[in-house]
Amino acid sequence: MSREFFFNLVWLIPLFPLLAFALIVLWTNRNRLLSTWIAWIGIGLAWVLSWVILFLSWQDVGGLTAPGHNHRFLLYDVPTGSTSLSLGFQVDTLTSLMLFMVPFVCLMIFIYSKGYMNYGTPEVDSRYSRFFAYISLFACGMLGLVVSDNFFTLLVFWEIMGLCSYLLIGFWFDKSYADPRRITPKEAGLKAFLTTRVGDTLMLAGILLLYSQTGTLTFREIFTEDMLHQLATTYAFGGVPWATLCALLIFGGAVGKSSQFPLHVWLPDAMEGPTPVSALIHAATMVSAGVYLVARSFPLFVAVEGGTQLYVVAFIGAFTALFASTIAVAQNDIKRVLAYSTISQLGYMIAALGIGAYVAAVFHLITHAFFKALLFMGSGSVIHGVEHGHHHAHHGHHEGEFDANDMMNMGGMLKRMPITGWTFIMGALALTGIFPWAGFWSKDEILADAWSGGAFGVSSTAALVVWLMLTLAAMLTAFYTGRQIFLTFLGKPRTEAAAHAPESVPSMTWPLIILAVFATFLGLFGTPWANFFYQFIGEHAEVMGHHVHHGEFNALVAGISLGVAGLGWLVAWLIYGRKPLTEPVDPLEKPLGPVYTLLKNKYYVDELYMAAIIRPVIRLGSVCACFDRKVVDAIVNGVGLAGRWLSSWLMKAIDSPIVDGAVNGVGRLTGWAGEFMRSTQTGKVQNYLLVAVVTVVLLLALFLVRG
Amino acid sequence: MQVPLSWYLIVAAALFCIGLYGALSRRNAIGVLMSVELMLNSVNINLLAFWRNIEVAAGGLSGQVFAIIVITVAAAEAAVGLALVIAVYRNRQTVDVEDVDLMKL
Repeated sequence: MSREFFFNLVWLIPLFPLLAFALIVLWTNRNRLLSTWIAWIGIGLAWVLSWVILFLSWQDVGGLTAPGHNHRFLLYDVPTGSTSLSLGFQVDTLTSLMLFMVPFVCLMIFIYSKGYMNYGTPEVDSRYSRFFAYISLFACGMLGLVVSDNFFTLLVFWEIMGLCSYLLIGFWFDKSYADPRRITPKEAGLKAFLTTRVGDTLMLAGILLLYSQTGTLTFREIFTEDMLHQLATTYAFGGVPWATLCALLIFGGAVGKSSQFPLHVWLPDAMEGPTPVSALIHAATMVSAGVYLVARSFPLFVAVEGGTQLYVVAFIGAFTALFASTIAVAQNDIKRVLAYSTISQLGYMIAALGIGAYVAAVFHLITHAFFKALLFMGSGSVIHGVEHGHHHAHHGHHEGEFDANDMMNMGGMLKRMPITGWTFIMGALALTGIFPWAGFWSKDEILADAWSGGAFGVSSTAALVVWLMLTLAAMLTAFYTGRQIFLTFLGKPRTEAAAHAPESVPSMTWPLIILAVFATFLGLFGTPWANFFYQFIGEHAEVMGHHVHHGEFNALVAGISLGVAGLGWLVAWLIYGRKPLTEPVDPLEKPLGPVYTLLKNKYYVDELYMAAIIRPVIRLGSVCACFDRKVVDAIVNGVGLAGRWLSSWLMKAIDSPIVDGAVNGVGRLTGWAGEFMRSTQTGKVQNYLLVAVVTVVLLLALFLVRG
Repeated sequence: MQVPLSWYLIVAAALFCIGLYGALSRRNAIGVLMSVELMLNSVNINLLAFWRNIEVAAGGLSGQVFAIIVITVAAAEAAVGLALVIAVYRNRQTVDVEDVDLMKL
């Protein structure tokens, strides 16, 4: 049972949920209890194995982080001409860290899903087992992604996750709304898939170019000093080194998957999916896959010191962080606030990677997964409760559409749902970065790194600008989170549904509690005085030949970040908390006026895309369809018609006269010969006799002549 | 002086030809039968002529015996033939051989 033995089993980790998926789909679809347990066991086994591997790798950090010594398990060597593409799985410190977070959060969400999908009640979802099958497949995708050791299998699992995202967002594909402007789950799923597709295409291009330059896709072989140096110094075109080009293209994939500007449009609409999906995919795991990708490819990004790619990454991240947090201020849907919050926090992570704060970014990735999953699950619990309350209050009859997600329909939920409420508050404190919750440590580390200047050649001015943007975003984060808490949990219920909302079932509340514990205490692993994260991850980064910044505790920065967070909470309390709302009207609407409308409509980005991109593409599609029908079909039909004409001509000119003529001719000839022969058969004896006599005479003559 | 053999043979041949011609061309079935008799008789003449010329000195009787056999057969055959003609007449009301062509194709 050595370390090697367990590391060699790493390929089982994505396999267990995959088997669960297969079993549920093929056999246990009808049996809900069995499907639930199979899914739980699948992810449970993956979780156990992951934590075993994490524990073992913690013990041997030095061994794992020595260059080229990440433990590798070769799956298959694909022969491709003169070289071969070796595909396999690996365990290194970044992988182990992701294995700490991913299966555990997945397990919490799987447990939560049982209650959310109303198992055991009359409202149980009709496609209950399918849900568990899909999330198991998704878990396989995410786990496979983090244990991959090459871009190829990474891409495969990346796409599996994209597929599952589509399937899960559109899970309630038959849901439709009276308001035509509201996006339906089916449309939202399609939107998510197509938007991330744009990013995926860029990523694929980047991977292909990388392969063309290096001849391999394995991380260990690409991220060597020599290879990176070669990539940094050979130029693709116009003075752009290969490393920059590939890094930017691969970053494109991260922009799509991690929902950064300008490909952020799918994430808020992805909230049409069930809340466990939002928690799983759009908070904790799939969206962090983009960040993971950049973290994994980090050597490529820093191959060119101070290169364009780092600035692009940093500014897209920082801009997204600020941009999304402004939109969140004006959203009324409880899940959409969290969605924009996620986009914003992902922006933090991306920006951190952009300025070279590798350890801080990964740290924030991990803590964010926990508290964001907690927040989403909490919001799901609230929505669930409000829906139940709606049923109870109106005893089954519904007048018009009641939006259980709308915070304006809530209020006073803390009294009605204490567990949900308090865990949500803890998650919110973590998110806004209040000491000593987890978010404080990770966010503060990013801000500290930004303040003290970038690494890897990023200029300190740029880093300072990033710091400013992120700090502003932090203030807004605190504001909209506070707004969310005060609108939802404090005050008095604004609707009957909210007044009758029950607390959720244990399968939903226990995961909330467990995650709240993590959200509170996880940060202590990364405090500047005892930074276990740095020891785990940072040294790994150091052996790449670059030095990763060790976050020094900067009291000024910490103070400023606490200060702005506190300021945000205060303003939120002043507007929403001190005198809780009784009317479903946002007090900010009038003062901000057109700004509020702009924010509420998400800066009209969706409308812009629709007009500038989508409509023209659809137009192009119909043009092509027209071309297809009129030209291509005409050609094909024409060929067909020509063939028919040819065959009829052949028949008239050749087949009928010649071939048929010959065959008929033979018949006629035979008939004529027969007629001819017939004349000898007269039936008269004398004729026959005559013939016999003539023959005898002839024979006689013959014998006489011949002698 | 003896009549030379060749005279007898020529007569027999002529008779045979006449008989053959009659068998082939006569319309009446009885006429055909008569011609057939003629042919048989010419054969008889032939036989006797050869016997007389060769064997009479040795004292054999084969020519005469053969001739009597032929006459007997001819008689039998004529009887049968006539019976056939009568049967045909009964069915077809005619003895014209031109009209008996049922086996015509």
